[in-house]
Amino acid sequence: MVLHISSALTASALHPLLCFCFHNTYPEMENASGLHRQLASMKKNLFDQGYLDEQFYQLEELQDESSPNFVEEVVTLFFRDSSRSMANIDEALQQCPRDFHRLDKFLHRLKGSASSIGAAKMKNECTRLREFCSEENLDGCLRSFQKVKNDHTILRQKLENYLQLLRQVGPVDRASRSGS
Amino acid sequence: MERPLFYARAEAFPAGLRVLVVDDDPTWLKILEKMLRKCSYEVMSIDGETSRVMKGVQHGACDYLLKPVRMKELKNIWQHVYRKKMHELKEIQTHYNNEDINILRYGSEDLDDRNLTDGITNISSARKRKDVDYKEFGDQEFGDPSRLKKARVVWSVDLHQKFVNAVNQIGLDKVGPKKILDLMNVPGLTRENVASHLQKYRLYLSRLQKQSEDSTSGGNMPSDLINNDNVANFELASSTNMQQCSEHTKFVGTSENLIQGIIDDAHIGDIKKIVPVQVIESEKGLISDIPSSQNVNSVPQLSALFSFKGMTPGVEEKAREPTTPKHQTLHDGAPRMQFMHYPGQGNCTMLDDYSYLSSSDQDHQVSFNLSSSSPVISTTVTNEKDMKDLSEMKPVPTDQRNAHFAVVAPVACMTGSVSLQIKHGMVHSQDDGAICKLDGSPNTKGCSTEQIDNQECLPLTSEFSPKSEAELDSLPGDLHLCSIQKFGCFEDVGFGGAENLQDIISTPDTQVQNDWYISSELSSDYLYETVDYPLIDECLFA
Repeated sequence: MVLHISSALTASALHPLLCFCFHNTYPEMENASGLHRQLASMKKNLFDQGYLDEQFYQLEELQDESSPNFVEEVVTLFFRDSSRSMANIDEALQQCPRDFHRLDKFLHRLKGSASSIGAAKMKNECTRLREFCSEENLDGCLRSFQKVKNDHTILRQKLENYLQLLRQVGPVDRASRSGS
Repeated sequence: MERPLFYARAEAFPAGLRVLVVDDDPTWLKILEKMLRKCSYEVMSIDGETSRVMKGVQHGACDYLLKPVRMKELKNIWQHVYRKKMHELKEIQTHYNNEDINILRYGSEDLDDRNLTDGITNISSARKRKDVDYKEFGDQEFGDPSRLKKARVVWSVDLHQKFVNAVNQIGLDKVGPKKILDLMNVPGLTRENVASHLQKYRLYLSRLQKQSEDSTSGGNMPSDLINNDNVANFELASSTNMQQCSEHTKFVGTSENLIQGIIDDAHIGDIKKIVPVQVIESEKGLISDIPSSQNVNSVPQLSALFSFKGMTPGVEEKAREPTTPKHQTLHDGAPRMQFMHYPGQGNCTMLDDYSYLSSSDQDHQVSFNLSSSSPVISTTVTNEKDMKDLSEMKPVPTDQRNAHFAVVAPVACMTGSVSLQIKHGMVHSQDDGAICKLDGSPNTKGCSTEQIDNQECLPLTSEFSPKSEAELDSLPGDLHLCSIQKFGCFEDVGFGGAENLQDIISTPDTQVQNDWYISSELSSDYLYETVDYPLIDECLFA
């Protein structure tokens, strides 16, 4: 997955690390604010590029003391589940007498999952994919599904980076989320 | 930061809403669960296996939320708790403060296994487990146990009246719980409540039907009708039940009125007879001119009949206390009253009672009291037998009797109950013979016999009136009043019944409750069979 990381991301990923090195020397707030800026920009990118939608904010709002890692847990859950869904879809697409009805069921599910964490790009592509599916357009399905896969992979990487950074920021993060 | 807000709200927050989240998507499940918890609801999340969802639906999930779910929506679903509490303040009593809300989202069926591992988080696992087991039981017998669990609606007389009116308005063959619910327009009443009540009501009607046939076949009531005891009984009832004579006020007053009233009574009897016939016709699709014409006559009175309510044992007993032992014998009237609940029944019951009474009269009067109470039981038994014969219902008479013992003993506090039973057995045998006749004869024949019976009834009733007067003279109250009140009694009985209902039901409830929950079949049996008519009526109200 390292291959997929864009240069901008690596830079942004490095930067917080650098900041973190000085964690002890600098006042905590200042340091945290730097990390927050990083986090905010990462998130903003995710939104700007259309990978995420406001559902993600909902997740963040749900995170609290009783479940401090809620976002991460949900995102992890999503990727685990969506991987399974996509394996099912893959299989359904390979299946020789193609069962578009069955495929559509899987797609529906995948789309639902994607919407749960606000994976907008995936969700939209799933919508398109389902249209192809309803037309029984195999080519369209395959093409579209490839896009879904790509979106899935990219989102996964981006979110992993983001969450990693979030972990580094730690509990202070809560303050920043209120601003976002 | 949002926390304090929540806490502030929690002071007045109607906590206790239990939410069942159903979803096949573990991610969504987790999110929803969290959302709901954050809103101070108790959450159990479950995957979207169809069967489980269906159970939730069947057992009265009060709300379903569609995806995508937002906190804004969830923040207000406490209203179900609040609404329920408000209803509790009203006459409708809900025994459970907590409702289950099922959140149903896209259901896909294939993921069951995984979901089982993934998605289920048991928060209140113990309680929920119970519920689930319970639901599984409830599947077979959908009505009673689930309703009991959810929210037991006490079918007061008024409520039942509304129900009956709605049914009549719609027509018995076309009724559906939804329509009835709409017509009744009672807040807080759920479709399930109505559905189960309708079910019982149908059972009841079918039983009446059988009974009517039975009575017609066995209808040797001339001597029975002569019973003075009945009149006296009415008087007794009248003492308690003056208010509700409204519909029958016309009967009150002069001796002429009295006669008229009696005639009307006979009429009513006819009507009642006819009514069950009608039902039969509607069900079987047979149309016989004779009954229909009778029906036409009876139609106006039908409505009046509906208002009649069954007399409960408690009322009877009250009546007894002031009265002399003779009056106790009069106690007989009670069973009839109970039967009066529904249009078809009253007649049959009356006839049955009379016949039984006659037999008992010939015996010594002391025993008579017992015998008088016995008719109720015996009638039910006959009904059951009829049903059995007709193979529509398959109650086991012996079992029911036994059950009857169990239930009746605590409930009715009837002194004679045991002895009654014995007599009941005797009467029962007679009934059987009658039933046999019925069975052999086709419907139309039954109708004709009924007519004959009716004709007989009229003269019988006429005889009955003078005798009643004679007895009335002996009694402190006015004869006319007594007779009139007789009519009134029926209604009055209804109210008494409602009150008694709670008492009676409550007592068996506590005792039987376990069985109730554990085995739906048993409970149903109890409800319908063991309780017998006095109790059955109440069950309808319960």
